[in-house]
Amino acid sequence: MRNEMEISFDAVSVNEGFARVAVAAFVSPLNPTLEELDDIKTAVSEAVTNSIIHGYENLYGYGGPKGTPHDQVRSDPGKVQVYCLLENDVLHIRITDRGKGIEDIEKAMEPLFTTKPELERSGMGFAFMEAFMDDLEVESRPGEGTVVRMKKKMGAGDWINV
Amino acid sequence: MDQITTEDFRVINNCLMIRLPEEVDHYGAGFICENADRYLMDEEVKNVVFDFENTRFMDSSGIGIIMGRHRKISCFGGHVYIIHADRQIRRILKVSGLEKIVEVLES
Repeated sequence: MRNEMEISFDAVSVNEGFARVAVAAFVSPLNPTLEELDDIKTAVSEAVTNSIIHGYENLYGYGGPKGTPHDQVRSDPGKVQVYCLLENDVLHIRITDRGKGIEDIEKAMEPLFTTKPELERSGMGFAFMEAFMDDLEVESRPGEGTVVRMKKKMGAGDWINV
Repeated sequence: MDQITTEDFRVINNCLMIRLPEEVDHYGAGFICENADRYLMDEEVKNVVFDFENTRFMDSSGIGIIMGRHRKISCFGGHVYIIHADRQIRRILKVSGLEKIVEVLES
């Protein structure tokens, strides 16, 4: 069984929830366990959030819910692209942005390292992607953007035939 | 999806209780931090309790929120407590190592 999907959306914080729910819905025919779904949602959320706040530096939504002054701030009209492929029970996820890229990937992947300490984020984004997925690859060039590739072997569940 | 409002912040004795929303991610994290810090400054609360009763999802943004509050109150002898954490939240706390720093209370 092979199935593909691709979505592209504005790099704004409110779309983090949309992205992880979309990927979770895409894998649902595989009858994943709740744990697998949580793993995938967390990993997608981390990668997409990175693209939005580090790649495009859109801190939109940072200040709080709709209507607060902070949710007007959007400096970059860029898009985040999420591509998924399900093949032989393996989920491949590719998250791409055309933002500012990562200078030092090795450093960025160190737990607790962050270039934006003022946002009080934990610096654990890549660590979570690594912990919750089976494979993680990061490709980036300063000024050109970042591609994050992740793989996860989907467990025991069979395809639900409708 | 329910967003967090100022009504989800309550001070009981010297404790700030924060009822977290259904999904804790980067969107809305700023609101939680700003409001929590206002209470920590204005009301001089010592401890912070994060209530995860309504929360079904949290990513590393949530870890940042908890770590940040812990850092602010621990130098004055305050503690961070976590209540009503379900399995997914507990896994996140475990992977991040946070469960060793804050007190996760059994419900």
